[in-house]
Amino acid sequence: MKYTYFPGCSLESTAKEYDLSARAVLRELGVELEELHDWNCCGASAAEITSHLLALVLPARNLALAEQLNGGSQLVASCSACYVNLRRVEEKVREDTELLDKINQALDVDGLTYSGKPRVRHLLDVIANDVGVDAIAARVKKPLEGLRVAPYYGCQTVRPYSPFDVPYYPETMDRILAVLGVHVHPNPLKAACCGGTLSTTKREVGIKLVSDLIKAVDGADCIVTVCPLCQMNLESYQAQVSKQLGQAVHMPILYLTQLLGLALGLPEKSLGLKHNIVPLESMEV
Amino acid sequence: MDEKRIDLTGPALDRAFMQALAPAQETLRNCMQCGSCTATCASAYAMDYTPRQLWHMCRLGLKDQVLNSKTLWLCSTCYSCTLRCPRELPLTETIGTLKRLAIEEHIQKHKESRNFYLAFMDTVRRYGRSNEVELMVRYFLTTNLLLAVDYVPLALAMLRHGKVALSLPKVVGPGKLDRIFERVQELEGGQ
Repeated sequence: MKYTYFPGCSLESTAKEYDLSARAVLRELGVELEELHDWNCCGASAAEITSHLLALVLPARNLALAEQLNGGSQLVASCSACYVNLRRVEEKVREDTELLDKINQALDVDGLTYSGKPRVRHLLDVIANDVGVDAIAARVKKPLEGLRVAPYYGCQTVRPYSPFDVPYYPETMDRILAVLGVHVHPNPLKAACCGGTLSTTKREVGIKLVSDLIKAVDGADCIVTVCPLCQMNLESYQAQVSKQLGQAVHMPILYLTQLLGLALGLPEKSLGLKHNIVPLESMEV
Repeated sequence: MDEKRIDLTGPALDRAFMQALAPAQETLRNCMQCGSCTATCASAYAMDYTPRQLWHMCRLGLKDQVLNSKTLWLCSTCYSCTLRCPRELPLTETIGTLKRLAIEEHIQKHKESRNFYLAFMDTVRRYGRSNEVELMVRYFLTTNLLLAVDYVPLALAMLRHGKVALSLPKVVGPGKLDRIFERVQELEGGQ
């Protein structure tokens, strides 16, 4: 299995451990990821509020690069915001050739053309459905028995596009976790929003949303996620969350790929565990 | 949920505003005011007007109240309202359009949100990718330098855990994506 890989900006800095663990785990699972050369920011949630066309052209530049690289290949995004932005272009141009034409007029300054070919996939989708839960189960070397893990999907992993799961009560991660030997801790807010940039721009609301999410999984040993913004919001503001909830909060927030790597017996170093701000002492396996 | 009363005594039906909203008009016309959007929105509790009210205020052309509303900047684009809407209206995109109009109209209220997104896009234009350090410095400079104090413990923790990219991507001369940004501007201006 071979895919073109779109890491996205966060995976170069705040989510370094996601990038490291995703590459290590997929290699172990027999998947080849070739990083897209010269990729650019997808525009996150910011491009749309400055220009609607720009919000489509920025991801389209990446899709055009992927097309140039190997025609109709599949582009895998690990960040849910990148995934939505890339996928949005793919969906929109399918029904709107005028829009495709306009996007190409913009890409032309960089000598690029986009025809709509590459399929955009979420990393979680590839792990669960292309690799498959059975193949993962067969490779588990260190079952993480006794660990209570709460899956957290966040919003854009399953909304507005839900080709591999349902938009409000997804199960994909739960299925993977189940074969790692962990106890899957129920999470009623598993697809609620972490607030995205609100933790910076409207702090009091952002902290409340994150507090709600952590409170909802009371009793879990850790939360796992597949989105760098979710991970950062859940992990970075636990001092403020502790104040909001009136109790000391110490909740490790791992990427699914980090937990997968531990269960597959990969060395801790290759999973970037030292980059997690909230220590994982309780998780020594 | 308690809803604030919509003030109808001011100037209504701003025609230029309605024109600017034209792409979203189909959306707004078809809203049946059921309130599913409000019910599913995690941030609605903190909004001055609920999402349901905002759609109606747009239809009434209450430009100043809509564009100054805190509601726009509390949307975290989670797409919950869009998928819950029984009329299948693209509500999240519509909020995006309203945010854009508020920026174009130089609305000063909630400038911290606006400044954050503009700082983000400046960084992307220059380097092609976002960079947290430059983003936050630009944000503090344009909004309020004192805000930076709040971030010191987090910044230190991130540095300690190697979560901060300390070197900026190399750009010589104009920004990496300058030409694409300029072309997009031309294309949109020509609409």
